[in-house]
Amino acid sequence: MAMLSRTAASLYWLGRYVERADFLARLVEATVRLDALSSRPAGDAAWASALAVSYTEESFAASGREVGQATVARFLTCDRSHGGSILWCLDAARNNAKAVRTALTRDAWAAINRAWIVFNGPAEDDSDVLNLVEAIKAEARGFEGAVQRMMKNEATWFIQLGAAIERADNTARLIDVKYHLLLPEGERVGGAIDRDQWTTILQTVSAVTAYRWLYSEGLRPSNVIELLLCRGEVPRSLSACVDETVEMLNLLGKRTGFQGEADRMARARLARMQKTRAHEVIVSGLHEYLAAFIRENAMLDAAIARQFRFI
Amino acid sequence: MGQAFDEIWGHGGPTAPRDELVALARWMQDVPQRELKRRLQSAEATFRQLGITFAVYGDSEAAERIIPFDIVPRVFMPDEWTRLSRGLIQRTQAINAFLDDIYGERRIMKAGVLPPELIYGNPQFRPEIAGIRPPHGIWAHICGIDLVRTGPDEFWVLEDNARTPSGVSYMLENREAMIRLCPELFRNFRVAAVDSYPDRLLETMRSVAPPLAGANPNCVVLTPGHFNSAYYEHSFIADSMGVELVEPADLLVDDDVVWMQTIAGRVRVDVIYRRIDDDYIDPVVFRPDSLLGVPGLIGAYRAGNVALVNAPGNGIADDKAIYSYMPEIVKFYSESEPLLPNVETWRCREPDALKYVLDNLGDVVVKLVDGSGGYGMLVGPTASKQEIEDFRRALIAEPHRYIAQPTLALSTVPTMTDAGLAPRHVDFRPFVLTGADKVQVVPGGLTRVALKEGSLVVNSSQGGGTKDSFVLMDDGPVQAQVQVVGGGMTQSQGQG
Repeated sequence: MAMLSRTAASLYWLGRYVERADFLARLVEATVRLDALSSRPAGDAAWASALAVSYTEESFAASGREVGQATVARFLTCDRSHGGSILWCLDAARNNAKAVRTALTRDAWAAINRAWIVFNGPAEDDSDVLNLVEAIKAEARGFEGAVQRMMKNEATWFIQLGAAIERADNTARLIDVKYHLLLPEGERVGGAIDRDQWTTILQTVSAVTAYRWLYSEGLRPSNVIELLLCRGEVPRSLSACVDETVEMLNLLGKRTGFQGEADRMARARLARMQKTRAHEVIVSGLHEYLAAFIRENAMLDAAIARQFRFI
Repeated sequence: MGQAFDEIWGHGGPTAPRDELVALARWMQDVPQRELKRRLQSAEATFRQLGITFAVYGDSEAAERIIPFDIVPRVFMPDEWTRLSRGLIQRTQAINAFLDDIYGERRIMKAGVLPPELIYGNPQFRPEIAGIRPPHGIWAHICGIDLVRTGPDEFWVLEDNARTPSGVSYMLENREAMIRLCPELFRNFRVAAVDSYPDRLLETMRSVAPPLAGANPNCVVLTPGHFNSAYYEHSFIADSMGVELVEPADLLVDDDVVWMQTIAGRVRVDVIYRRIDDDYIDPVVFRPDSLLGVPGLIGAYRAGNVALVNAPGNGIADDKAIYSYMPEIVKFYSESEPLLPNVETWRCREPDALKYVLDNLGDVVVKLVDGSGGYGMLVGPTASKQEIEDFRRALIAEPHRYIAQPTLALSTVPTMTDAGLAPRHVDFRPFVLTGADKVQVVPGGLTRVALKEGSLVVNSSQGGGTKDSFVLMDDGPVQAQVQVVGGGMTQSQGQG
């Protein structure tokens, strides 16, 4: 029996929101590190860039607070008033999980519910942000593990499809953080701080070790960009996300017996990605490339919604 | 009111338990209370983690609560259960026969057993569906018959639930918790299993599929959505039967056929276990302002293209005003004496009864005819003067809206409290399934317990909790009590 469209939509968004909560946790963690690498006021600039990549500048401005570690970290983690916080994503993920309880295993549901309970616990101290961020990353891994152990069927594939689309978006934004980050006065591109900033971005996507494996030379920004764009071995690279999207759509297509617009878009994107060379991207403008990628990813999301009749 | 009968301790207190339950009483003494409390907390932590919660309307602070669970089970002896089951099957068959008659020939009215205004003036009577006969003539596929006990052999029906009785998920989850936390009980007592309930329910649903549905009917559970207070139960039931849990927006009716929208297009739906009230199920036929319903669903039902479990219109059978006539109704259709008695009930619509109730407000329980969940209820002996006077005025103004019953000394079961084990009042809801070919009672049910000392109100919305309900087995295999239809009274009804 084919899956209900509403169930498919909820699973897809469950995958997206858990991934987004995980990304926001990584973003906050990265920003804490970037802040520590920089002297004032460049440190505050790191927090401003975190707002920029998570598209929360406007809602933060509306809150009337000053940009700084305490305010932004809290805003991105425990502030339920806007859609760009971890807490909001967990609410949304849990609501979707609740709506599709029957399609999830107890483990998968329990992982989401536990993360939600952790974040809804007694009010956290501001200094505790890193602990909270650690906890949420662990719960996200727990959820992924539980999903891996679910039956290999549409339910799993829709969650993974949502996660792949979200991860593609998130990685693109994370690389873009670097574009928004100004180097402190007197620092040059390729200098120590520039390198540290790239290292932090690698840490954020858990790819420091992968980098060492793949590149024997020391840290070079063009290599980092290549790794995050083109290296399919790295699970959070754009290439891996693009590949996984096609794979999940293929599995779903086999189950439903038809393919559509989303499949065509995803395959075209994969073909282009396979020909993408990092140095060309850098020459023609990394920021512009990432902006176009994020736009196309959003269009693919809309095509998926149409193809599977998400309500 | 005197000392209530305790189902484990009898009338003798902890040191002199009922003969047949000495072993259980000893278990309660042997396991340290600290340990019992630890197990209880562990169960509640699990329930919270699994999200076994219910929402309390109008209470945003605790929008999701778990129902308190108690670690001491309530126990039915094999012979007690056999007797109860017979009575439950008799009553359920009468309810089905009554519904089939009321929306069909109305023989019971012609026979003068019921006053016509009781039916025609009752908001639970649905003229919209009169003349429709559900597939296989079954209306109340799932019945929850609420029982109370006042002594070793005294069981009473407190109310019938023939619409969408809830609570079965607690029956199953409580058992899971007990097996995990108190495995020694299951080694020492032969407890009948309840875990076949989902299979039995699915079997029941499949058996009432419309004849055209084919060999493999598509059965679904219809929920109002995940913000509904009983959503957990809806998802639990669908999940344990392995069928789709649908919301109204997933369904559409086209040319009197019900479809669900899937990622691969439409799929036909044959049997719907709906957990949405009649009022909200189809805005075309019932409340037009309902945003929940499936437009055209009743049309598809009338065309015989879909089975609704339970059938629309059932409210007329479990209405509190009808309740007082149940002994006559059972007698009329089964042509024998009711095996389970009703609680004595004064119909305040009748002047003599009203006078009696007004003269004895301090001793009786007064209920709104269309109330439920413990709302709109007066428990005379524990009510304040003000509450009694408020009810007096309401009764005089609209007597037809009320019934009254004596305050029963409900049985108690030892329950963990802050001050250790103490007796607390309980009631019981067993579940009776009626399919095309048989009526069956699952050996277990939902025991609700009033956690406040002396309280008689067990509803979860009023702070009640739940317990596991053990049905002990005789030596030899014990099956669920099953009555195979054929030569039974349902059949003779059809022929008569």
